[in-house]
Amino acid sequence: MIGPLLSFAEVSYRYPGAGDPALDGVSFDLAPGEFCLLAGLSGHGKSTLLRAACGLVPHFHGGRFAGSVTLAGHDTREYGPSHLGAFAGVLFQDPETQLVMSSVRAELALALESRGNGAVAVARGVEEVALALGIDSLLDRSTNDLSGGEKQRVALGAALAGRPRIVLLDEPTSQLDPVAGDELIGLLRRLNQEWEMTILLAEHRLERCLAAADRVIALEQGRIACDGDPQAFLRWAARRSPALQTPGAKLFALAGLEPLPVGVRQARATLRSHGLLADEEQPAPAARSRAKVRRARASPEALGMRGVWHELRDGPAILRGVTLSLRPGESVALMGRNGAGKSTLLRHAAGLLEPTRGRVQRAGRVALLLQNPGDYFIHERVGEEAGPEALAAVGLAGMAARHPRDLSGGERQRLALAIVTGSPSPDGRSPRDGSPAVLALDEPTRGMDRRAKTELAGELRRRSAAGQAVIVATHDPEFAAACAQRAVLLADGRVIADGPACELLAGGWYFATETARILGGAGGALLAEHGAELLSGRMLALQEPFASTTPPGAEAGEGGPRGQHDAPVGREVAR
Amino acid sequence: MTGMLFYRRIASPLHATRAGVGAGWALALTVATIVLYNPLVLLALLLGVIGATLGSGVGHLVGRALRTALIVALPIVVVNVLVSRQGLTVFARLGDLGPFGQGNLTFEALLYGGVIALKVAMLILIATLAGLAVDPDELLGLWRRLSFRSALTASLATRMVPVLAADAQRISEAQRTRPLGAPSGARARVALLGAVIGGSLDRAMDVAATLEVRGFATGRRARRIPRAWSRHDIAFAASAVCILGLAVVGWLGGAVSFEAYPQVQMQVGPETLLLCVALLLAVVLPFGDRRGIEP
Repeated sequence: MIGPLLSFAEVSYRYPGAGDPALDGVSFDLAPGEFCLLAGLSGHGKSTLLRAACGLVPHFHGGRFAGSVTLAGHDTREYGPSHLGAFAGVLFQDPETQLVMSSVRAELALALESRGNGAVAVARGVEEVALALGIDSLLDRSTNDLSGGEKQRVALGAALAGRPRIVLLDEPTSQLDPVAGDELIGLLRRLNQEWEMTILLAEHRLERCLAAADRVIALEQGRIACDGDPQAFLRWAARRSPALQTPGAKLFALAGLEPLPVGVRQARATLRSHGLLADEEQPAPAARSRAKVRRARASPEALGMRGVWHELRDGPAILRGVTLSLRPGESVALMGRNGAGKSTLLRHAAGLLEPTRGRVQRAGRVALLLQNPGDYFIHERVGEEAGPEALAAVGLAGMAARHPRDLSGGERQRLALAIVTGSPSPDGRSPRDGSPAVLALDEPTRGMDRRAKTELAGELRRRSAAGQAVIVATHDPEFAAACAQRAVLLADGRVIADGPACELLAGGWYFATETARILGGAGGALLAEHGAELLSGRMLALQEPFASTTPPGAEAGEGGPRGQHDAPVGREVAR
Repeated sequence: MTGMLFYRRIASPLHATRAGVGAGWALALTVATIVLYNPLVLLALLLGVIGATLGSGVGHLVGRALRTALIVALPIVVVNVLVSRQGLTVFARLGDLGPFGQGNLTFEALLYGGVIALKVAMLILIATLAGLAVDPDELLGLWRRLSFRSALTASLATRMVPVLAADAQRISEAQRTRPLGAPSGARARVALLGAVIGGSLDRAMDVAATLEVRGFATGRRARRIPRAWSRHDIAFAASAVCILGLAVVGWLGGAVSFEAYPQVQMQVGPETLLLCVALLLAVVLPFGDRRGIEP
């Protein structure tokens, strides 16, 4: 019998100076060749668990550590991360901090060289990992010139160059566009299936990778709340942690369908077997949304861009004649690949950049929330960053005394929102132009868990209903569907599609929600709630009894959801 | 980030040359610039360096460095004219300057100041050209064999300069989007500086963690990867030897002699002109071969 590759035994850990433990009695074994997902809300211990697996906890971070972690037979209390790095490749969230050399070739060679490999081994290792990850064409490129997706692939290559037995990944797709994110997950799947690479992946957007996983471990307050196969995890999440549900599973749970799907393919097969999915679905726009967009377009402009070009000296054109109009109360999702020009467009909207051709008209102030909320914080206390009214408006009224960098990801985002939207500041000064006519947000959900995204979408809908025009650049179709009536797709600096969100986000592969992909765009349903309504209508029309169907939360027999007291629920499931 | 001066592999003979040879070639140019004083020879070298920047495809970037060089060079000329008392050919009299004596501006001081300024400007150009066209990773790789950690730290610093510049630009943009505008005043500046440093430290922690898991702490000595010499390696090595040889011959043989004080004495014979042409050719000829330069 083969022993576990990674083993946690009653591991508890507290960061230096922290009150609550980041890990609390965590025990599990990971066998060679497993693809395991780590699920959980922000701050519940996923990153800490990964850092404990590679020895960074406790060697690098310090703190109080109890229990034991064994990686490839090496106890992490005795061996540090440098030694354990020979067995575990690690990929963190931000590719920028993981590339330490100036060229891709040097980056890939570093791990091999620092372990004293011979020249031939280094050259061969670099070539092999470059070929395996499809980055051979990048070998002689400067790391400064790479796109976000390329940087993350190179960082993965650097982690894999030494042929580790396990790869530990901490939200590696959080800064990538949907295409690059799917490519990375596909790559991990291939490494796992073709080379039996063991993978432990922490991820918020579970729908991206659940179908590839053998197993899911969900963490709550540093403890394992669920450990089972993806089906068992989805059943647990439906009952105990709805914020971790994938959109597809939520759709099925709301419609009362079983089994909860781990991916689009399985969901469609189930629907087809029930006669709930036609061979060719016709996306039908919801008339209400279209009318809403028309009504919005009849009102005066809050923001108007006419033939806006942004051309770099000695460089390419980032925007190529963009014409865009935004009305008060309208909410627009701006989508497109990395480098399509979304951030540049928002900077023009806010007046941070001047068009090289074309013009921008604003009915009032444009508040721009940039990608990294931490860039706004320059004071020691939250109350010094924004006035009490602004803090109250974003639900941070009780946090005025805290340090901004101690806030969670969602809270940081809300504080940054309070700063840019403005209200009288703590010293009594008021914004010159009052409240903003337009609120522009650049990738506000990066690294956010689903609960924080839902809260932010609610806040944006509230502002839109109050008459503020909202424009959000995002890679997240689910978030776009939750907060926008209209979607604009940018490619290569041009607007290539502009229409109601229910049309634009319903008919694609990448820029479509999971619900829309499952239903083939039927009825313009983008979110699980709308999709469930649609399915319920079809079920009524079919008048099929659906004997196997059970309402969410009820027992479903063998393999179905368990009671409230037997957590962690998935331990016995199919293992 | 597009406006910053960093190494980027592009199709040019100098970029295609191994870093050790490229750096050696730049060093030969530096030595020649330092030891030679004859303005004619320096102008020939300057022409060669300008030709090299164009041949390397980085002429527009070096042009920006040239502007910086002029800002440094012009004060040198002005200061030398004002303070030097060794020349005999006075072209302007400023009268009695009290404790500084008679303010007589001389042609010799002007010319010598110009020569020094030219040398400084050329050194800036050569350093910029080397920075843009010689792979720092490969160069530091040579050093890594001697001192792994020092070389890696230097390499990391090279890599982090553009990253931190991008951070600073981002934070500055974020402050501009505040409804009351970017905070002003000494207190706000201190707070902003604190935020920038705090962000850098956060990033440094992440980079340190990355280095840990890549085995940096093992600090083993990297072994040399043997590589066949390319035509460009040979050409630039030969060019470096020629430049050094010509500089030494000119310096020792007196063909490029130049004395500014008390009166200008400058060799301008056929041998000087021959040396100028030879130096110019030695610098630019390696750029004539464009085979095999693609990255």
